[in-house]
Amino acid sequence: MSTFAASPGAVLPNRRGVLGALSDFFWRQPKLLVFLMLLPAILWLGIVYIGALFALLLQSFFSIDEFSGLIRYEFTLKTYGELLKPQNVDVIFRTVSMATAVTIASAIIAFPIAYMAARYARGHWKALFYLGIMLPLWASYLVKIYAWKLILAREGILNWVFEQLHLTWLLDAWLSLPVIGGNSLSISYTGTFLVFLYVWMPYMILPIQAAIERVPTNLLDASSDLGATPSQTFWKVIFPLALPGIVAGSIFTFSLTLGDYIIPQIIGTSAFFIGQAVYSHQGTAGNIPLAAAFTVVPIIIMGIYLWMAKRMGAFDAL
Amino acid sequence: MIPAVTLQSVSRHFGSVRALDDVSLTVGQGEFFAMLGPSGSGKTTCLRLIAGFEQPTSGHIEIFGEAVGGIPPYRRNVNTVFQDYALFPHMNVRENVAFSLMLKKVDKAVREREAEAALEMVKLGGYGERRPGQLSGGQRQRVALARAIINKPKVLLLDEPLGALDLKLREQMQEELKALQRELGITFIFVTHDQGEALSMADRVAVFSLGKLVQVGTPEEIYRKPNSRFVADFVGSSNVLSPDFVASFGGEKRWASLRPEAIHLVRGGEGKLSGKIVSRSYLGATTRLGVDLGGTVLNAVVPSAGDVPGEGDVVTLGFASDALHLMEGEA
Repeated sequence: MSTFAASPGAVLPNRRGVLGALSDFFWRQPKLLVFLMLLPAILWLGIVYIGALFALLLQSFFSIDEFSGLIRYEFTLKTYGELLKPQNVDVIFRTVSMATAVTIASAIIAFPIAYMAARYARGHWKALFYLGIMLPLWASYLVKIYAWKLILAREGILNWVFEQLHLTWLLDAWLSLPVIGGNSLSISYTGTFLVFLYVWMPYMILPIQAAIERVPTNLLDASSDLGATPSQTFWKVIFPLALPGIVAGSIFTFSLTLGDYIIPQIIGTSAFFIGQAVYSHQGTAGNIPLAAAFTVVPIIIMGIYLWMAKRMGAFDAL
Repeated sequence: MIPAVTLQSVSRHFGSVRALDDVSLTVGQGEFFAMLGPSGSGKTTCLRLIAGFEQPTSGHIEIFGEAVGGIPPYRRNVNTVFQDYALFPHMNVRENVAFSLMLKKVDKAVREREAEAALEMVKLGGYGERRPGQLSGGQRQRVALARAIINKPKVLLLDEPLGALDLKLREQMQEELKALQRELGITFIFVTHDQGEALSMADRVAVFSLGKLVQVGTPEEIYRKPNSRFVADFVGSSNVLSPDFVASFGGEKRWASLRPEAIHLVRGGEGKLSGKIVSRSYLGATTRLGVDLGGTVLNAVVPSAGDVPGEGDVVTLGFASDALHLMEGEA
């Protein structure tokens, strides 16, 4: 009993003064604590973020006076009508096609990488994988794009490699294709596509890797046990369970491509993408309503995309 | 008759770890066979070798007389009920159960009917539309069972199938598993660390320790005639008596086991087996007493109905001489 004699009473004293009292208070009022912690985020998201977005949406329902160039603050759908002009539809179509191509290609390339990392990489290899994926993200975006311009140029390393492999004819044949070809890779849609693919790839790999990592190994054992060949296991078990990751990754690659205005400006043809259209309309042209209407397009497209993904059961495994 | 499963000097080493070391055993057709042992004893590795998830480092495995070396799991007519069920979270219960039929491209109407029949068999009829996440542990266990038996496999492997269930449900499932096995006539091999479960369910039990097969026999043989100190202690917490102790009251100088329930209290007697009660736990119908016989503590289980002495009392113990079992597996 002697060991107990020295110990204090059943309730321990509060040792930390005001902070201690505060701890006790919040322990009794857990909801208040959660509210206080969420308050800055709610203010930021609600006012700065959603509020700004709402203001932008509002702008798209105004129009510009063609003679004075001033904005008329009256509700109208005229700006959206303007959005449907052939040259603007062209911009939207070009951007969406590019975003789709980039998304599909990066999903195909990212999947095996993510799969290897999630299933087989351990310890140092895992660290190396994360470093390899994240390292390009730490370098300046502009530096990378200008570097790519040099890589893709006629005098660039890629041309040189094709030359050394005696495959220049293949590159020329590709560049002579309509639409995706051009004088050199750096001023063709193919070049724009390659740079988009490179820049957004980490955003596709990481969510897929996380999704595959969450698939318990025993599900693969169970599938095999029930008679599934490795390819059946892939299509019936691994792929459906990795789908939320693919969708998450594609949201990144798709929306980032939809909104980017720097890559198509530096690499590729002179034709506009949505981002460039927004940039020029709100800048030099001073047509903020049209710029706002252009901004609404990616939002609507992403909304439709998510709705379809949900309907197809992409989130069932979550 | 060809045995359902034969293992001939099978070993599985992971680097320097001998998960399974030179194990040979035979499981008969239609047998309910238990593999019992503490964690890390090699019993699960043994199961995974039969299922095909692992390949033996050395040795030979046959299923119904056919060598299965190098045969992948999807080509073995053997199904497994996994420890944590391994149900596919993106499918509902019916799709889970019909998974193997779907792979075989069985007509949708037929496989749904068969899945429902399999669900009926495990008393989950009408649960087809639910998601695994909406089921309780016991229900998931039944779905895993239905999914494994829908193919009528040659051998059904069960990896600690009842481990995650609470006691009441476990007892109920033990009964149902036995009934199901009788009904299907399939060979069941199940892995457990619960000796009570192994003894009550199995036709034969194999006891594993440290990657080795220690003893194989009927539950009664394993319980009454353990061949080693490990088996005596692990299966039913028997008293393990040292050679000197056995010799001290006229026995052969060998290791022996003595079941706690074979010991009784001798009224008014004073003998060699007298000592002070150092522990006493009430177990309901019986009471377990630890009696210190000059350094050796013997556990005795006596009926609670009578007048059970308390801690500190000096008592004399007695047992029938044939209750003492000499263990041939010990030097």
